[in-house]
Amino acid sequence: MSTTVTSAAGLDVAAVRRDFPLLSRTAHGHPLVYLDSANTTQKPEAVIRASDRFYREQNANIHRSTYRLSEEATAAYEGARETVRRFVNARSTREIVFTRGTTESINLLATSFGQAFVKAGDEILITGMEHHSNIVPWQLLCERTGARLRVIPIDDRGDLVMDDLGRLLTEKTKLVGVVHVSNALGTINPVKALIGYAHAKGVPVLVDGAQSIPHLGVDVQALDCDFLAFSGHKVYGPTGIGVLYGKESWLSKMPPYQGGGDMIASVSFEKTTYAELPAKFEAGTGNLAGAVALGAALDYVTGLGLPRIAAHEADLLFYATARLSEIPGLRIIGRAREKASVVSFVLGDIHPHDVGTILDQEGICIRTGHHCAQPVMTRYDLPATARASFGLYNTREEVDALAAGLRKVLEVFGA
Amino acid sequence: MTALTDLYQEVILDHNKSPRNFRALEGATHSGIGHNPLCGDQLTLYVVVDGGVIREIGFQGKGCAISKASASLMTEAVKGKTTEEAEALFTRFHDLLTGPSDVKTDAKGFGKLAVFSGVREFPVRVKCATLAWHTLHSALAGGGASASTE
Ligand SMILES: Cc1ncc(COP(=O)(O)O)c(C=O)c1O
Repeated sequence: MSTTVTSAAGLDVAAVRRDFPLLSRTAHGHPLVYLDSANTTQKPEAVIRASDRFYREQNANIHRSTYRLSEEATAAYEGARETVRRFVNARSTREIVFTRGTTESINLLATSFGQAFVKAGDEILITGMEHHSNIVPWQLLCERTGARLRVIPIDDRGDLVMDDLGRLLTEKTKLVGVVHVSNALGTINPVKALIGYAHAKGVPVLVDGAQSIPHLGVDVQALDCDFLAFSGHKVYGPTGIGVLYGKESWLSKMPPYQGGGDMIASVSFEKTTYAELPAKFEAGTGNLAGAVALGAALDYVTGLGLPRIAAHEADLLFYATARLSEIPGLRIIGRAREKASVVSFVLGDIHPHDVGTILDQEGICIRTGHHCAQPVMTRYDLPATARASFGLYNTREEVDALAAGLRKVLEVFGA
Repeated sequence: MTALTDLYQEVILDHNKSPRNFRALEGATHSGIGHNPLCGDQLTLYVVVDGGVIREIGFQGKGCAISKASASLMTEAVKGKTTEEAEALFTRFHDLLTGPSDVKTDAKGFGKLAVFSGVREFPVRVKCATLAWHTLHSALAGGGASASTE
């Protein structure tokens, strides 16, 4: 793969690729073409080093001991929290809760917010393009409480039917949950407008930022979202670490999610008082090295510049959409007005699973299946799609490799 | 490209395109639903068993080339066999797909089913090739039970 490219957006992609050790490996004797960043991203040297350094030089449990080493570990961990705060522009680190990822963030919210504010007859409003992680926790809450889950539909192109909002957003609605960027369709949802409508009715909004954090970034104050969930591993950081942002005014009214060490102020068998935010929501020893490495990942992204990354990925999306559209029988699923760097498609009547296997033999990694968004597949009457998704390190040459690979699929199937 | 051409052999592509016995059977004595959550493949199997012998068999559903061709070829392979013979064939078929790739298994006695020996090189696809067989197994055992590859 030629990597002498500097993208139109001014990102030195060749240099960027050298930051990611894994990208230089091969698969089935071909240079690796990794087009599955919406699933998980590869990690830059800076992130790998931050994790490594924590264990080599800083490791101790935090907030618990008087010795110097523990102080350093605590400083590293809390430093990462400050990096996250800055990245999403939260008012205070009290609003940044570390979790295992988007899924745990949403489960925390559904459990804790649900316990405080949701009862029988209430409604939770989500959209038709949510990832299972923003569906199932709410269904569990509805089962527990007798509340009802309602859904904003999607149209044929993959945009939310915003006209239905007036009908769906009622005085019964207790919370709106919306995916900022759909992992299955690439749609960038009009979350700011949605938040405006919801707030006009006094309803708080959770934004699932799993896919928007790496590609667009999120300014929680500009959006005025009440909650934001995201995963470290989708923004070039480690697995097993993620974030729940919540406005302090909400978090302070919510009960703890799990009980244990670190989340208490004092414990007796008669009564336990809880720690201040955010510790109240961080029971037990967390993923310390993971948090520190997540901080390094966000610094890396900030260093390259989110606007430059977004412009580079927009170019890849534009180019991929054009190249793939030339392939006979290929149909792109998800033609929303505004999209991030995800291209879902089907190739004639060839099953996506077969497409994936043949591309893999060419060293090309794409996702095939329902993308943990089965309702989206049902909406378009498809069992599955193939999906190429791009990160900051991908190139037009890799899109060309994908197009060539897809022609090979057609060849194998004699189509 | 050789592993690939071993996987997508002519017979498999043909049965994917024009699956045999691709229909629901009225008067089925046994039926089953198979589901592969990983790729969304789904298939319904209809069997007429009479005197311990599979007299008729049909299937419907959606799936990848491997799972569809496997279902199609399975229906051809087990029609006229006793249920015990069909179960025994499943066991041998499973071994054919999952045996170590450096040990050559004897493809003799498999007839057309031997085309699936290429699946061995693609461990994630084994479930696709065995979905119909798992479904047959649970249909014969329960009559209406459902099978899942997970
Ligand atoms: C939009 C969206 N939400 C939530 C998730 C779940 O993230 P995680 O598995 O890291 O908890 C994903 C991951 O695929 C996603 O794409």
